[in-house]
Amino acid sequence: MATIYFSSGLAPYTGGVESLAVDAARVGDLLRIVLERFPALREPLEIMAIAVDGEIHQHADYIPLTSGSEVHLVPRIAGGHR
Amino acid sequence: MSGEQRFKYVGTRPIRHDGLDKVTGRANYGADFTLPGLLHGHIVRSPHAHARILAIDTSAAAGMPGVMAVITGDDIPKTTARLMMGEGGFDLGDMGDNLLAHDKVLYQGHAVAAVAATSPELARAAAEAVAVHYEVLTPVMTIDQALAAGAPILHDGLTTKGQPAAGVPTSPTNVAMRMELKRGDVDKGFAESDIVVERTFTTPMVHQGYIEPHACVARHGEDGQIVVWTSTQGHFNVRDCSAGILGIDAAKIKVIPSEIGGGFGGKIPVYLEPVAIALSRKAHRPVKLVMSREDVFRASGPTSGTKVRMKLGAKQDGTLVAASASLYYEAGAYKGSPAGAGAMCAIAAYRIPNFFIEAYDIVVNRPKVAAYRAPGSPSSTFATESLIDEIARRLNMDALDLRLKNAATEGDQAPYGPKFGPIGLREVLAAAKAHPHWTAPLGANQGRGVAVGFWFNAGMNSSATVSVNTDGSATVVAGNPDIGGTRVAQALMVSEELGVPVERVRPSVADTDSIGFSDLTGGSRVCYATGMAVIEAARDAREQLKARAAKMWGTDAAHVGWDDGTAIPLNGAGDRTPLTVNEIAAKLAHTGGPVIGRATVNPPMAGPGFGLNICDLEVDKETGVSRVVRYTCIQDVGKAIHPSYVEGQMQGGASQGIGWALNEEYIYDREGHLENPGFLDYRMPVASDLPMIDTVLVEVPNPLHPYGVRGVGEVPIVPPLAAVANAMRDATGVRFTDLPLSPPRVLEALATD
Amino acid sequence: MPKLHVQTSVNGDTLDFLCEPAETLLDVLRNRLNLTGSKEGCATGDCGACSVLLNDRLVASCLVLAAEVDDQRVLTVEGVARGDALHPVQQQLLEHAGLQCGICTPGIVVAAKSLLDHNPNPTETEVRFWLAGNLCRCTGYDKIIRAVLDAAATMRDDRSRVSA
Ligand code: FES
Ligand code: FES
Repeated sequence: MATIYFSSGLAPYTGGVESLAVDAARVGDLLRIVLERFPALREPLEIMAIAVDGEIHQHADYIPLTSGSEVHLVPRIAGGHR
Repeated sequence: MSGEQRFKYVGTRPIRHDGLDKVTGRANYGADFTLPGLLHGHIVRSPHAHARILAIDTSAAAGMPGVMAVITGDDIPKTTARLMMGEGGFDLGDMGDNLLAHDKVLYQGHAVAAVAATSPELARAAAEAVAVHYEVLTPVMTIDQALAAGAPILHDGLTTKGQPAAGVPTSPTNVAMRMELKRGDVDKGFAESDIVVERTFTTPMVHQGYIEPHACVARHGEDGQIVVWTSTQGHFNVRDCSAGILGIDAAKIKVIPSEIGGGFGGKIPVYLEPVAIALSRKAHRPVKLVMSREDVFRASGPTSGTKVRMKLGAKQDGTLVAASASLYYEAGAYKGSPAGAGAMCAIAAYRIPNFFIEAYDIVVNRPKVAAYRAPGSPSSTFATESLIDEIARRLNMDALDLRLKNAATEGDQAPYGPKFGPIGLREVLAAAKAHPHWTAPLGANQGRGVAVGFWFNAGMNSSATVSVNTDGSATVVAGNPDIGGTRVAQALMVSEELGVPVERVRPSVADTDSIGFSDLTGGSRVCYATGMAVIEAARDAREQLKARAAKMWGTDAAHVGWDDGTAIPLNGAGDRTPLTVNEIAAKLAHTGGPVIGRATVNPPMAGPGFGLNICDLEVDKETGVSRVVRYTCIQDVGKAIHPSYVEGQMQGGASQGIGWALNEEYIYDREGHLENPGFLDYRMPVASDLPMIDTVLVEVPNPLHPYGVRGVGEVPIVPPLAAVANAMRDATGVRFTDLPLSPPRVLEALATD
Repeated sequence: MPKLHVQTSVNGDTLDFLCEPAETLLDVLRNRLNLTGSKEGCATGDCGACSVLLNDRLVASCLVLAAEVDDQRVLTVEGVARGDALHPVQQQLLEHAGLQCGICTPGIVVAAKSLLDHNPNPTETEVRFWLAGNLCRCTGYDKIIRAVLDAAATMRDDRSRVSA
């Protein structure tokens, strides 16, 4: 079971649910299950990147999850440079 | 990875390989390139900040002798495509509309047409002969104007994305995005606080100020094959944006990067290349486009002007318990300000159990903003670090002790969600306490300020190859333009892995045909992500060299070890004489042919970076003029590959931040005309404005990188805004909340105080 | 308008060119003589990237008309090194990492050479004021100033060695 947290002000889209334990092998599977349960998340998800155990990924669909994995939705940052 | 890695080459300071060409004037930058039959382009720009285009008559211009092509927005297809790229996405529709306006112009300087002619003078004359008829609309120049009830709307189709505020219509609107970050119970947190400080801060729109204007040459062949020579932070980015906007295959375009004369985020978007391609397609000749400095100011991508309302609550002992903030960031003409990043960075340095942060992305009739070093972080951090300073004063606490008491550390949950891995904020604060600057006496009319800053540091796609030559020298090829010494850093990494001296490694930046896809040079990612690709490619080459040594010994590769450029026999290899890289390389043709190591990576974002600045400011209370008299930058860099260039990033970022704090700003009149589009009136720091800038490199290794690199280019611009303003507060007793701290503003505040 | 014929010396080479009356020295150097080492950062005299020496005087070549250099001596960044020996300013910029992107570097090299021609022993403040017309956005100037001060020191050493 991995746990996804909706701490970033996403409560309105999850009916107040702040976290959810999901049985999923990969991030993409987890997000599919989460969206089935909370379809209203689809829109805010568009501006989110995914943090798995503290590492922020722009493309996370195929990242494997283990029991105890912590997944956070993190707002995407636009562009950066030196 | 062990924290105690030993390095032979990494951490030394060799002369950069591309240095000689740059000190002798031989290096070729964007505007230096030419081709036989070259035409010169000129862009027709809008004199209005907000207007509907009624008609464009190009016939007079097209009929002028020597004019070979005239194009308008009709030649840039309207698209709804998006391109996922790196940290964010590009809306190619907006980008195409910014290249050449389709229906409306959205800022003064917005391109509406382009011409190509046989000389720059003819091109300019032809551009003047293009007749554009406008219906002038009321411009929206400020955040308050954009949010006002009944405000003119820039984009009819725009709706508020993300987490729109309850009860506010999402369309029509000038708010492109709103987001929230929250945790705990912020009302309860403030109720429990012993002191609460609250203020509104503003920062002006400022420009990256790279000295090289944008420039490119494009040649469109009759067979549809296109070559572009350009100065850019990401040539793959130029290729894919151009292909997407013009609706052609990426494989039809080859982009060759020139040397680049600064970018700081501003040379990520495309402004010229698709226009040059379209002109060349029409004219059947190569076309060069070069921006003037005025064009750069008016029509490239500065960074957002911002307004931040922030409130912090603390206990009597200095423990922070609550924070709330509303961030309003100007996006310019099209959506996409760094408001979200501003929100995530605002309080990232501190453990605060209760917070609520909202951030708005707002379109206004100014140029579309581009990234500028740690985009979004300096403005929100200016608010936070000013208020932290105020709390320290109110509680009579040492400003560093207050920060140390609340500093985030490994395992703390970042305000944007995940837990921090190993981070160096406490080490940076400790280094500040130990630095002589912190306790040095101040002179008359001087004040001291301190501030910290945070940035994520990007990951993203990179590719690299490492070839070993038959004489034992090596070549490393990667796909990132070298803005500040990344070639030499990559060579150092190859030296470390192969044991080949750095002057025997040739680093080079390859065009889009000659190396795998690489995201742009930005986000402080080149030493981290591209470095990771280089190290992996070098290790791949090393494994191949070991296999060749095994072949020479007639043993199994598993029996070959490696030590500082030499293959050594392990148990099972018997009593062989070690083989150096040179010896193995000399036999490559005998052992299977050339050796090329390769790697492609797309790592997660690098470990977060924290920095701290200490600023001493001297203020002339008669004139309001202030001078930075001493400045120290301390930063956790993870691991410095070439310390001189790391220090240079810190010093350069600090001086840009000092400029932002003291002088720089876009000044518009009421009609939306930029009043200071030149270096005379847009006053960047010059050599005589600044003191030496001391640097301290703290190295808390980033576990995601084989050497511990974190990326260093962004963090340096985050602390200076508040460090300077806090020093001003210390010197004058006045808390300034609006930048820049220009002499008239300082005088006025001192008079009313 | 007919073109003007200009005869001049650039980096020691005697040469001539045709130019428009309104053409700047910078444009002629870059576009007609292929000397693209001098850069255009502003074309208004504010950035110093186009710095050259005109009869040993430091000028912004974007503010000089090409026709003015008739019968004069021009030195550009391409002419600062002697053979395979870099000028000490160039060498010290390399040693100190006094360049990042390098676009300001040609102007800095020419301006700093001119300073050391005039003043072999400048103070830090003198170097800062002399270079105040050369914008650098990458370095914060620190390493550039140190490079110029060290270049001055090496040149003084060389001179005293020669005279001794
Ligand atoms: S181009 Fe001549 S001073 Fe800037
Ligand atoms: S090194 Fe880039 S402007 Fe000076």
